[in-house]
Amino acid sequence: MREIHVSEIIEAVRALCIEANCSIGDDVMGALDTALEIEESEQGREAIRQVIENNRIARDALIPSCQDTGLAVVFVELGQEVHIAGGLLYDAINEGVRRGYSEGYLRKSVVRDPLRRENTGDNTPAFIHLSLVPGDRLTIMVAPKGAGSENMSRVAMLSPSAGEDGVKDFVVETVRLAGPNPCPPVVVGVGIGGAFEVAAFLAKRALLRPLGEKNREPFYARMEDELLGMINDLGIGPQGFGGRVTALGVHIEVMPCHIASLPVAVNLNCHASRHKTIVL
Amino acid sequence: MRIGAEDPIKLTTPLDDADVVSLRSGDRVRIHGFIYTARDAAHARLIELIREGGPLPFSLEGQVIYYAGPAPARPGMAVGPCGPTTSYRMDAYAPALIEHGLRGMIGKGSRGEAVKEAMRRHRAVYFAAVGGAAALLSRRVRACELVAYEDLGPEAIYRLQVEDFPVVVINDIYGGDLYEAGLQHYRRDRRDNR
Repeated sequence: MREIHVSEIIEAVRALCIEANCSIGDDVMGALDTALEIEESEQGREAIRQVIENNRIARDALIPSCQDTGLAVVFVELGQEVHIAGGLLYDAINEGVRRGYSEGYLRKSVVRDPLRRENTGDNTPAFIHLSLVPGDRLTIMVAPKGAGSENMSRVAMLSPSAGEDGVKDFVVETVRLAGPNPCPPVVVGVGIGGAFEVAAFLAKRALLRPLGEKNREPFYARMEDELLGMINDLGIGPQGFGGRVTALGVHIEVMPCHIASLPVAVNLNCHASRHKTIVL
Repeated sequence: MRIGAEDPIKLTTPLDDADVVSLRSGDRVRIHGFIYTARDAAHARLIELIREGGPLPFSLEGQVIYYAGPAPARPGMAVGPCGPTTSYRMDAYAPALIEHGLRGMIGKGSRGEAVKEAMRRHRAVYFAAVGGAAALLSRRVRACELVAYEDLGPEAIYRLQVEDFPVVVINDIYGGDLYEAGLQHYRRDRRDNR
């Protein structure tokens, strides 16, 4: 049994919150450079130029690239040979979020109650997805998620007869309805299968895959390419100003499902696709 | 729609009628002067005050409201990162503010028909700033002063002194809409794009 002390987890989560918000990954920066090359709309190109410059300023000055530093969504893979010492894992993650959002000058965007709406003041609680895995490692990924794109996300329980075309229609329609709201060019996370809540989880997890990395199954890799083409034909363009680049990527994740079901969820992410990982 | 090849137009706040009348959907604009941040919760309070007939924390006459909730400022910065938030959430409140003298709004994303109608009738304009470009935009803010509702945290109303603040006209008073024009120009219809 390997022991990991909560103090190590607190520090890791604190640092990941700051890093994820201030430093957009090289995969996204590369995709933005490519977008600038292929975009035809002058308004769209200007928007992409501003985003690229923005991300450089944020990295250099260690300030958040977007003021919406999001909900702290935390994916945790806990090796079953690990013993967490000195306290509770969930408490440690929340303490890390509390410190990261305060010490990193990140915006506190969480209200305690959905209807009475009093700010918690420290961006907790974190939203933690825990999975138990083999081994003696603890992997933590922090993925801050802003509301502009989250609010445009959708889930549908399709009939199995809807098939691949039905899924594609739902995905493209979701991006079309979102229009300029979610800060395009977007990253499109698609979850297919599982059950109602599983599809939504898959769609969010799909956003974590580095941009440019395709689904391992050729069938779904092809579908990702086709969907990206269909979405970019919508003409929404960067920031909705019109143009060729509406999405930087489409990521599909799938799971088995019930004989009577075809759940599909679309979780949209803005161009500020943020996630940072540490393995303890 | 102007495609935006020309140099940006310089505008100084407060805006007057001539400013608003001269703007067209698609124009690139640089704003100088003061703008006021307000988002969901602050709008709800402003509307409540209007309903009660009470005085507002600042005069709306000729002013521009920026839909933004800045992140905290690091020491030495005038303001923290401050990009636009999505505007449709303010659609329920915007027409009343436009009736009370508001001349401009800065946000991102589409507006509802009632807002566009109020803009046409009372002469106001809707600008978009680049969503997510919060670090870049914060560099165009020279000063930031709390005006009201400190208890709302990031949703408080701040007066920002801006220089060269880059925006694009989305909706003008003539019915022009850059989002619709852009879509029409760049949409490709293919068979499988139902």
